[in-house]
Amino acid sequence: MNKTANRKAICDVLLEKAKNDDSIVVLCSDSRGSASLSPFFDEFPKQTVEAGIAEQDLVGMAAGLASCGKKPFAASPASFLSTRSYEQCKVDCAYSDTNVKLIGISGGISYGALGMSHHSAQDFAAMSAIPNMRVYVPSDQHQTRKLFEALLKDDKCAYIRVGRNPVEDVYSEENCPFIMDKAMVPFGSVDEEADVAIIACGELVKPAVDAAAALKEHGIKATVVDMFCVKPLDTDAIKKAARNAKAVITAEEHSPFGGLGSMVSQVVGASCPKLTYNITLPDTPVITGTSQEVFKYYGMDANGIASKAVELLKNV
Amino acid sequence: MNENMKALSFKLRKDTVDIIMAGKGGHIGGDMSVMDILSWLYLKEMNVTPGNMEDPGRDRFILSKGHAVEAYYAVLCEAGFLDLKEVTEKFSKFGSQYIGHPNNHLPGIEMNSGSLGHGLPVAVGMALAGKMDNRDYRVYTVMGDGELAEGSVWEGAMSGHNYNLDNLCAVVDRNRLQISGNTEDVMKQDDQIERWKAFGWNAISCDGNDFNELSEAFAKAREHKGDPSVIIANTIKGYGSEVMENKASWHHHLPNEEEYARIMKDLDERKEMAENE
Repeated sequence: MNKTANRKAICDVLLEKAKNDDSIVVLCSDSRGSASLSPFFDEFPKQTVEAGIAEQDLVGMAAGLASCGKKPFAASPASFLSTRSYEQCKVDCAYSDTNVKLIGISGGISYGALGMSHHSAQDFAAMSAIPNMRVYVPSDQHQTRKLFEALLKDDKCAYIRVGRNPVEDVYSEENCPFIMDKAMVPFGSVDEEADVAIIACGELVKPAVDAAAALKEHGIKATVVDMFCVKPLDTDAIKKAARNAKAVITAEEHSPFGGLGSMVSQVVGASCPKLTYNITLPDTPVITGTSQEVFKYYGMDANGIASKAVELLKNV
Repeated sequence: MNENMKALSFKLRKDTVDIIMAGKGGHIGGDMSVMDILSWLYLKEMNVTPGNMEDPGRDRFILSKGHAVEAYYAVLCEAGFLDLKEVTEKFSKFGSQYIGHPNNHLPGIEMNSGSLGHGLPVAVGMALAGKMDNRDYRVYTVMGDGELAEGSVWEGAMSGHNYNLDNLCAVVDRNRLQISGNTEDVMKQDDQIERWKAFGWNAISCDGNDFNELSEAFAKAREHKGDPSVIIANTIKGYGSEVMENKASWHHHLPNEEEYARIMKDLDERKEMAENE
């Protein structure tokens, strides 16, 4: 199984597209290495801007560049980008309607033992609450690539969160049927006869897929929805997956409040009420460890998701 | 010509006061102090007109002290972007586009502002784009002096210097008052010229309510190569009527009927004096 960090896929797309598009500009805040964007800085130095450790300036400059016709991609650790420069994201990007693509790198708990200062467990909620801001959380390198190809074709701002670690492929180069703002279903289409619908995003999609496979062995049918488009949420896909299911599980690397789980629960509650459980990070500074250790501890791995499904189905 | 600008500036102040009265609120003190800077920029300095807003070679402007929007509206009306009657009728009214801070859905306004400390980093980005594309447009932003306490201003100051953006000119409306009182009492600013020089900027001081000095200051900024320029424009908050001048309480004060009458009379007198100078 291939394991590639999504941040690397971003750089690959930008390198490829910049060959024929000198309006692409990459900005970093002393973060080009963490963002895997050093190759872009080396190959297209005139299309880069180093902001130094100054996230507010990073986003403000990106908005100024965009207002003059550039296509800026501003990459900075998700923790800082989504909080330190939140107001610039709100006013200079979303409110002023500038074509800035904000790339939150090393998102969620990617930084592991570095602690809560470096974790971004609030970014889905914060960014989604801004009118005119879109939020994308790709699951693997193939989806990331397709997402950035699509983002290069539009002129609206967006926040994209990716993790730091290499992640296993969910899709393949040949089989990644991406449509912008439409949730993806790994290996097929929504199973409307499934017992449980599992709606996940980002690095929790692969564990969700593995959980569905494990559940199948126990005679439980699960359908997995990859909601990379946290905003605009694909509500049709949620309704389709949840309508006939006995229970709904959401899974995300985010706080319990205001993220994918909250949004999916709103849709399920309003359109097809079902027993719904949100698998999330806890509302506390997370336990020290690598992403995989922390996911396992909080039941955010394949085993935890499958166990939760079994538990929920006993109660319906 | 500059004398005509002076007379015009008092007319524009009267328009501004009427916009504020119609909308039942506005940042009148800073509107009055910044009026000469704004009117010089739009009517004399920048190559920005209603006909060239799609031209990538046009100059760019951001009103970073966005709360002075009423003065900005009056100037945009004079420059032909907006209609004064419509602005006055609709300012702050239900459903209006003419809100209490710059709104880039309106003609002539490039970026939204309101929260302080945003204009300079955005202006740096605009100036960077100009350099990347080898265009010779200039980028201007006007900040308040109280605004200089925002850390993002100094982030922008660093990057402006780092990228040698001599196509960038920041203006500080140095009226020495903010909503809580004297700027030096709220948060010491000491010598702003020295501060900006320490950040690598070409720092110019002038009387920001004197068109001859403003003209010279902008020319010096334009001619300076290799560094961004900042004009510390020393102004009087509430300039135009003794009712308001140098009074922090007029930062955001709606004149009563008597005050309104005195302000308009003072502005008329100063306009007449300017016409006869």
